[in-house]
Amino acid sequence: MEKVKAKIDYYNPVITIRDLYKSFGDMKVLQGIDLDLYQGENLVVLGRSGTGKSVLIKIISGMLRADSGDVTVLGHDMNTIREKDLQELRIRIGFSFQASALYDSMTVRQNLEFPLVRNRKGMTRKEIDTATESVLDAVGLLSAINQMPVELSGGQRKRVGIARTLILNPEIMLYDEPTAGLDPITCIEINDLINEVQQRFNTSSIIITHDLTCAKSTGDRIAMLLDGKFEHVGSFNEVFDTDDKRVKPFFDYNFVE
Amino acid sequence: MDTTESTVAPLKKNRSPFLQRLANFFAEMAKINSFIFRFFKEAFMPPYEFKEIMRQCYETGVRSFTLITLTGFIVGFIFTKQSRPSLASFGATSWLPSLVSIAILRALAPLVTALIASGKVGSSIGAELGSMRVTEQIDAMEVSGTKPFKYLVCTRVLATTIVIPILATYTAFIALLGGYLNVSGNEGTSYRAYMEAVFDPITFLDFESSLIKSIVFGFTIGIVGCYQGYYSNKGTEGVGKAANGAVVTAMFLVFIEEMIIVQLTGWFR
Repeated sequence: MEKVKAKIDYYNPVITIRDLYKSFGDMKVLQGIDLDLYQGENLVVLGRSGTGKSVLIKIISGMLRADSGDVTVLGHDMNTIREKDLQELRIRIGFSFQASALYDSMTVRQNLEFPLVRNRKGMTRKEIDTATESVLDAVGLLSAINQMPVELSGGQRKRVGIARTLILNPEIMLYDEPTAGLDPITCIEINDLINEVQQRFNTSSIIITHDLTCAKSTGDRIAMLLDGKFEHVGSFNEVFDTDDKRVKPFFDYNFVE
Repeated sequence: MDTTESTVAPLKKNRSPFLQRLANFFAEMAKINSFIFRFFKEAFMPPYEFKEIMRQCYETGVRSFTLITLTGFIVGFIFTKQSRPSLASFGATSWLPSLVSIAILRALAPLVTALIASGKVGSSIGAELGSMRVTEQIDAMEVSGTKPFKYLVCTRVLATTIVIPILATYTAFIALLGGYLNVSGNEGTSYRAYMEAVFDPITFLDFESSLIKSIVFGFTIGIVGCYQGYYSNKGTEGVGKAANGAVVTAMFLVFIEEMIIVQLTGWFR
């Protein structure tokens, strides 16, 4: 499916990161990250394994703290945010995990209901059912509503994982390797779903991936993470129109035999 | 923030392995203390997870019920059988019910229940939370605005703290029943006479110390299982280690606590 041009509000950044540093012991992971994510935009972060792509979105979601630098998410300074505000902010951020992270002791329905009943107090049973069925329908998996996660395929698990985040109507979506380990056809379906989520739910997204097909078909902007910094940022063609030997292999591996 | 970042001090090049191990030990102790403190801070603050606590109580009870029934019965029966020759040599077999009841109520019932629950419930909690940690299910709860510590840890620790004393009381009853079968088979004692003899030497302090012991054991099993699972890492290997660590550590602590509580109770007697 061809990506529809997104309505991006370049005057309204939802995430602003300045001079972000993060290390684990002696290992320096992020070394001076600057980033703006605008309202309605899909930003793809590309980079080699272990370069800190997942660390970046974990800092954005408040799961990790930065060593130094400024991270502002939906107007909240993540360095000084209080626990209560962080809980409320997290409801406005959807996080799709690489391995889906579905609660394996619950059915698909219970997986979706879990964040809803905890964060939207006072909903009736009928409203919960309607919300659950509506969001599952949006990801094309209404028929799997009573199945256990173990009974689903990898692609279906990803869809349910995305549905579980969408049920809270997030303003920002963070996708961690959304197409990792999936067959090419399922990858295309997931890419289409990411674009559909952007259009239908008007979300701003950061998509972490190695998959250039995913990057090309979902990204409004690509940012290449090299040696702890964003070195090349722009459209797909702008980023790969380079002789940088650290960037070329990505393109060659994905598109050249 | 509920991060999994390590609090253990990194190895410095000029630090000896012994000092590093010592530093790691104290760092781990601080982490355990903070885990226990967090439990007390969060468990009694609203919102309360009553439904999940009830579910965990049911799970804890059901998981151990069969094994506890069997073990309790065998312990009572065997203990009575093995004690008989010693008492018979003094012509004091009529004291057998009193001996059995003191041994079972004061020591064996809480201890046997705690050891079985360490194996069945502690390992299960460690493995379950460990698996949830390595598959990022705990992180998923955290980022969706749910407090995983409250939902996963507080509920399980409260459940074991509530259910283990109930199971220990049940174990005592079953063990006394095992003892009765032996006494009845040899002396032809009636059930009523046996029960009167059983409760004759028991004081309120015995019940109280047994109950306190079971509560402490239940809390220990729950907190150790949760701690091991909640902070497990290194993939599937970590899940196995969490389950194993939960059993070994809980059993070790149960014996230490048994010794301390027996000493303390002795001062009141």
